[in-house]
Amino acid sequence: MTSSDGSLKRTPLFPVHVRAGAKMVPFGGWEMPVQYTGIIEEHRAVRRAVGLFDISHMGEFEVAGPEALAALQRLTTNDVATLEVGQVQYSLLCYPDGGIVDDLTVYRLAKDRFMLTVNAANIDKDWAWVSEHGGGARWRNLSAETALLAVQGPKAERCVQRLADRDLSGIRYYWFVEGRAAGVPTLFSRTGYTGEDGFELYAAAADAERLWSALLESGAPDGIMPVGLGARDTLRLEMRYALYGNDIDQTTNPLDAGLGWVVKLGKSDFIGRQAIEKAKTEGPKRKLVGFEMVDRAVARHGYRILKDGREAGVVTSGSYGPIVDKYIGVGYVPAHLSQIGSAIDVEVRGTPRGARVVPTPFYPPQVKKG
Amino acid sequence: MANYPADLKYTKEHEWARVEGNRAHVGITTYAQEQLGDVVFVELPKVGAKVSQMQPFGVVESVKAVSDLFAPLSGEVVEVNAELVTKPELVNQDPYGKGWMLVVAVSSPEEAKTLLTAHQYEEFLAKGGH
Repeated sequence: MTSSDGSLKRTPLFPVHVRAGAKMVPFGGWEMPVQYTGIIEEHRAVRRAVGLFDISHMGEFEVAGPEALAALQRLTTNDVATLEVGQVQYSLLCYPDGGIVDDLTVYRLAKDRFMLTVNAANIDKDWAWVSEHGGGARWRNLSAETALLAVQGPKAERCVQRLADRDLSGIRYYWFVEGRAAGVPTLFSRTGYTGEDGFELYAAAADAERLWSALLESGAPDGIMPVGLGARDTLRLEMRYALYGNDIDQTTNPLDAGLGWVVKLGKSDFIGRQAIEKAKTEGPKRKLVGFEMVDRAVARHGYRILKDGREAGVVTSGSYGPIVDKYIGVGYVPAHLSQIGSAIDVEVRGTPRGARVVPTPFYPPQVKKG
Repeated sequence: MANYPADLKYTKEHEWARVEGNRAHVGITTYAQEQLGDVVFVELPKVGAKVSQMQPFGVVESVKAVSDLFAPLSGEVVEVNAELVTKPELVNQDPYGKGWMLVVAVSSPEEAKTLLTAHQYEEFLAKGGH
């Protein structure tokens, strides 16, 4: 992945996206495809058939050695000791004050070897953080040499299976296997950011184009299409998956964000534990909730949430949900307004527009369980 | 070029006006809707509202972007396209037809002279469109 001073970084598939006519935009320091044909069309393709995403901008770190497990237990909030070889875990890196450094997935490649997948915009920050606090283990930053493609949708398995050198049907949600796809060494991870069944495929950057082309070709009978970051965002919003920098950041506590399920206070000590324990004892002051607009208006990141004309919170993500066909959003509200059905207003261009707190996800996840 | 009909007048903010007598239909151009991407929301003034040339009269929102709409001509709004409330995608599908936004009763017909012809608008786009 090339990077020159001050310019945007590009994934190995950048020329492929340009040739395909994608609209390229800056995202977290990267020049990425926001759409190929249209966000709504791409969104629906993922929900109804299958879509192919280039998410090679994401970062990958490997940590190995006898101290690797202890280092991860100290760095991350989830309990890495429960992770089996071949299993994936969603987790967080936190600061001592409980603020979030990043959200990430942890892969147990072997007993003493793990891979961490981190957000693109946070690679440098995270690398500095794990280098400083992950002492005793051997760390490698594999971000530049690793490509990551996501194949997501009800027809994802059959598309990937046609290219795979092993049976994928037995891989459960949040598990992975290593093998080959289209002859390319690949880690097949049954994970994603869309709420659909599917895989995230890790391969060498040098093999990215071969794998991408093979997937588009083999998936053609299933209607596979390339999908940009625009639909990736609306798909994750319908699931209410957190987006770092929007819904969570260094100022948000995991409990406020509804991520208490990946904070294991019962395990050995970890960075941020004391602060999170204290927050838990005191009870949450604010909560991240999903809402839908009652009045016709689009809520956007940063808009104020009002109650009876007074500022009560803030919208962290909002858009039109292409499958739910509603204007939906996520935001922080005081605990007493967080119950399902609570009436709130979102200030849109100076005017309060009615909204109500609703259950999330906004659309039922179709991931492969069990 | 068919994308920019010759019978329309254009603004540098990418609106069009079709002037017929003292009335003008108003909408946004093919270029504008392509730049926005999928339009998901259009906010328009009510019938009877006054609009002023090159002042904002409403808002168009795509999945990713929020943009002001600028009035090509001053006058009173006499019709709004109510269909856009439930079908904002008409702005993408048919920007000069079913995607129209307003009909304005023009108060200062001479303002039309300040708008771009289709040819001038295409030249403007060729130079970057902003």
